[in-house]
Amino acid sequence: MPTSIGSAGSYHYFAVLTACFTFLLIVAGALVTGNEAGLSVPDWPLSYGSLNPPWEGNIRYEHGHRLVAAFVGLLTIALAVWVWKKETRGPVRKLGWIALGVVVAQGILGGITVLWYLPAPISVLHACLAQTFFCLVVSLAWLSSPAWTRQRRDASCSLPLNRLAMATAGAIYLQLLLGAIFRHTQSGILPHLLGALLVTLLAGWLIARVYRSEGLPSGLAAAATSLGILLALQLLLGLASWLLRLATADAVQPQSSVVGVTTAHVGVGALILAASVILALQSFRVRSEGRRGESRLPAIPVKS
Amino acid sequence: MRLKSYLCLPVALLAALFAGGCGSVDIDDEDLDDVDGAEAPAMVTRVDPATAATVNGKVYFEGDLPRARRLAMDAEPACAGLHTAPVYSEVVVPNDNKTLRHVFVYVKEGLEAMRFETPTEPAILDQKGCIYLPHMLGVQVNQPVRILNSDPTTHNVHPTPRNNREWNESMAPNVPPKMKKFPREEVMIPVKCNVHPWMKSYIGVLPHPFFSVTGADGSFEITGLPPGEYTIGIWHEFLKEGVTTHKVTLAASESKSVDFTLKQAS
Repeated sequence: MPTSIGSAGSYHYFAVLTACFTFLLIVAGALVTGNEAGLSVPDWPLSYGSLNPPWEGNIRYEHGHRLVAAFVGLLTIALAVWVWKKETRGPVRKLGWIALGVVVAQGILGGITVLWYLPAPISVLHACLAQTFFCLVVSLAWLSSPAWTRQRRDASCSLPLNRLAMATAGAIYLQLLLGAIFRHTQSGILPHLLGALLVTLLAGWLIARVYRSEGLPSGLAAAATSLGILLALQLLLGLASWLLRLATADAVQPQSSVVGVTTAHVGVGALILAASVILALQSFRVRSEGRRGESRLPAIPVKS
Repeated sequence: MRLKSYLCLPVALLAALFAGGCGSVDIDDEDLDDVDGAEAPAMVTRVDPATAATVNGKVYFEGDLPRARRLAMDAEPACAGLHTAPVYSEVVVPNDNKTLRHVFVYVKEGLEAMRFETPTEPAILDQKGCIYLPHMLGVQVNQPVRILNSDPTTHNVHPTPRNNREWNESMAPNVPPKMKKFPREEVMIPVKCNVHPWMKSYIGVLPHPFFSVTGADGSFEITGLPPGEYTIGIWHEFLKEGVTTHKVTLAASESKSVDFTLKQAS
């Protein structure tokens, strides 16, 4: 059984690079929302009819976001082609094209938000699709990683964590949706608070289960630890964001303190989702290994 | 054929998107002229100057007001460099005599049966020093609004109405003024610059010329009214509670004074 990442995993580092730029893109998008810059460039796909608009005021945030988005789009095209050429696992090959489809849809949604003057449902969808795309790229990076292959060799536990891990990832995604609704519609914060409670309970339960288990691969424990640390940081950022919003409620323009904290809140939210997706992938793997001695998501074979 | 049909759908959607999008209502001014013409009385009302009446007064505030917020233009040298002194927000501007500046005062009811000529003289909205001048503007339905950019930096002008068409257009330095109209009555239309998010203005669009905005002494005056019974209303962007309407009956050539009082929402 192959244990190296082989030629199929040769795109791993490129997938990691794409994931890093996607994270940067999410942060850039959060800065656009925080600075109320979404409509500072009235046209799309060009900016002020040009690829290089005046670099003034909020145009910096909006056009910067567009530039990073275009770069991520190009990275995703290259990644999808690379995966298609080198990957032998059918589901993973498809994942590359799905990621490309999602990033194209995301670009069009971004354009619609500008041309239709930021309709809240589209803005929420744009925010959530960004997280979906991030999950896809992180999944590609993880499924092509040496850690994924190593785990197969180590896995011996049949602990059924997969449902709990999936439920946690789903709850985190729901929480990001509630956060986006709160941010883009100025609706009440209660649903987002309840979402935070649900995520904390599920993630705490999952982390406890992982730590109590014996014989689990190190990757699973590391993902659980990351999830716990990020969740604690996220709760603090959420509280700080809310208190700062209250303290600056009568502000007449975006406050840098609020923008900074809320942007960090969005960014850490994306990292939590990524950690939970990795955890879910890992737990599925462990379950498959334990029950059937064979993974549902197979290890990376070397393509001859 | 079937494949072609499937391909046509996204193409049609994209075409609709580039044409302006179904989220916005692209209204032709001429179409709206017809609509307004059908709803309004056909005959233009001429007010006899000899019988014209006047309403005047002041808008006071009571209680505490939020402190004036200094606008942070520091990150924008092109804006900050236009001022030698700190610039403060115009959201709530109290005067020394316990009155308020930037309150829109207008005849809210009582003129429905009359139709007034639309002025051809444009109202002016300027972007100067990275603030809107004036902060609050009243115009008549379909009156031209001449929008200027007197700054050495790029702005965008973005009204967000509920009853008129929304638009968002950029204005680079030294470009010719934009001429715009608002074909439907609306109190008030927020206007903002998304490039410089502190820039906000409000436009009140009415089917008659009887409106005023309070100034540095908190006073207003509405002149040239035909005799009759009216409801005078006021609008402030932040203070919403208090005495916000007055009913007045005006005889020929009469002048009446009514005062209003606003306070923060409890």
